[in-house]
Amino acid sequence: MSIAYQIVVCAGIVPDPLQTLEPVTSPAGPALKNEMMLPAVLDPWAGHALFEAANLAKNLPGSKVWLVSFGPKAKLQQVMMTVAQKVPFELVALDGPASGFTEATEVAAALTEAIQAIPALDKSKLLVFGGWESASRGAGATLQMLGERLGISDQFQGVDELKVSADGTMEIWERIEGGRHQVSQCAGAPALLGWATGNLPEPKNNPQVGMTNMRTVMPALQKAKPQKLAGDGLKFASVTLPKQMRDTKIVKDASPDDIAKEIVDWIKQ
Amino acid sequence: METILVLAHTEADGSPAQTVRESLHAAVNLHQASPDSKLVVGLIGTNVEAAANAIAACPATKYFGVTGAEFAQPRYATDCAAAEAICKSAQATIVIAPATARWNRVLAGLAQRLGGRADTHVTGISAESGVIGISRWYYRQRMEALVQRTQRPWIVAIDPGSQTPCNCGAGTAVVEVISMQIPEASLRTKVVGVRAPAADAQTIRPDAKLLFVTGAGWTKKQADGQTHVPEAEHLIRDFLKVSRASLGSSKSLVDLGGEGQAILPFLSHLNQIGQTGATPRHPKGLSTCCHGEEPHTVGWRFIAERRAISLDANCGWARGKTDVLYVADAFQVMQKVNALLAANP
Repeated sequence: MSIAYQIVVCAGIVPDPLQTLEPVTSPAGPALKNEMMLPAVLDPWAGHALFEAANLAKNLPGSKVWLVSFGPKAKLQQVMMTVAQKVPFELVALDGPASGFTEATEVAAALTEAIQAIPALDKSKLLVFGGWESASRGAGATLQMLGERLGISDQFQGVDELKVSADGTMEIWERIEGGRHQVSQCAGAPALLGWATGNLPEPKNNPQVGMTNMRTVMPALQKAKPQKLAGDGLKFASVTLPKQMRDTKIVKDASPDDIAKEIVDWIKQ
Repeated sequence: METILVLAHTEADGSPAQTVRESLHAAVNLHQASPDSKLVVGLIGTNVEAAANAIAACPATKYFGVTGAEFAQPRYATDCAAAEAICKSAQATIVIAPATARWNRVLAGLAQRLGGRADTHVTGISAESGVIGISRWYYRQRMEALVQRTQRPWIVAIDPGSQTPCNCGAGTAVVEVISMQIPEASLRTKVVGVRAPAADAQTIRPDAKLLFVTGAGWTKKQADGQTHVPEAEHLIRDFLKVSRASLGSSKSLVDLGGEGQAILPFLSHLNQIGQTGATPRHPKGLSTCCHGEEPHTVGWRFIAERRAISLDANCGWARGKTDVLYVADAFQVMQKVNALLAANP
């Protein structure tokens, strides 16, 4: 197989899922309390996209992976210390807010500019990967807008599997309703894939890969362009935590028979 | 003056899905709360007449359609082009669409193409004092925001199950069909099929009244110091069979499967609920062997009545997240539950 892709993975960073999040109002709009103090991780679904990209590149010699990441430079550096040990990539960093309250259109515009600035980018070999939704805004909007800006009209979301044939035809499995997958065949690159979980486990840390990656990660972070997101025309009238706390009835010392009967009665109500 | 467009695709049989009626309900409410607004409907599919007629009694004043065999397939290039044509013909300022998998693939790209904005996973839409606002959740259902925008067109994807379906009756609708020439480049992708587990093996049932969630406790050592995974599998499968519930799982349990451990083989990431999974909508939810910590319970955000079975009286469920917490052995309880349900289906 002589196909070689240029795979651009777009991945933001999000607060560690185990952290307690609380919204606050900042001069720039809603934000998270102690946002800069919260430990960050690579956006989970985008992380799967990165691992799938690396696996594809490994199997198709001549392919290359770029990781385009938008977030506060200091946080990106922290996250890259871990991510860079997973798979080989070249980082393109953009220094800006990682908040879920930013405008997807503006993030897409910045990502487009960064991707178009990648030297020797060949659109006929381009695969744009990312998570189908982020764990922050969770809209699934940025990638589609990015694809439109790049002129890519073969787009797929909720992807769990990609198979590339010898002739370059791609078979793509996308999640649809009811736990099913829609299977499509695409003639080839360029294409955009918003990944769900995929099929690959998280790669183990490899210090050798980390050393290689860090040669490009640090310079990329140093030259990361600051991005200002204006959020024009967007207003958050309120951002609140769900207040509903249930008055939990704790049933102890009841027999399995009694509990089962109560549950069955409740199911049948 | 707002022109509110309900944008929908037809089902394979040409009918409008329940989710279309939910979006129509939201749109009709918005139309009634927005003086001088106009309500129109846009439909995409092989043939849209039947779908338009099925909702013809709604207050929409005009129907637009893009029809043809090319629009039967859920495909970004053709769906986006068709939606763009309808939005432009209708001069829509607010576009309300059901957040189906098909539309979720397209709507943000459509907004980009139209120079507008898109909000997805919307759970409410309102107009107060002439200002339209939408409600949606951020950070994986952990906080809810009321969002207002000045940009138009504003595309709003309504989450399935978040609205009451409208009961607009049938009638005869006159559909203005928009003629489109699809370039060959838009047909580079072909949908070749849908893969689904066999009917008996399908454990994700969006229309089920009950969500049954299994946690990692099912695979842990039990009171006798041994694991009982085959027994757990048997109990869970039996329960799904007799209750027709939909099956969810905590991330930890699904991940164990991905790591190649011999555990509940019918679970996949598609079953996963919570912060990195789905947040399904069901009237009732029963959790078993799951400790109810925040990342898991995020998946329960839209479950109305909740009950949990756990051996730990101090687990996360006890902290106001469930209505009833049974402190008991799920193996014993579910065996009895299955027997009762089997005896009285």
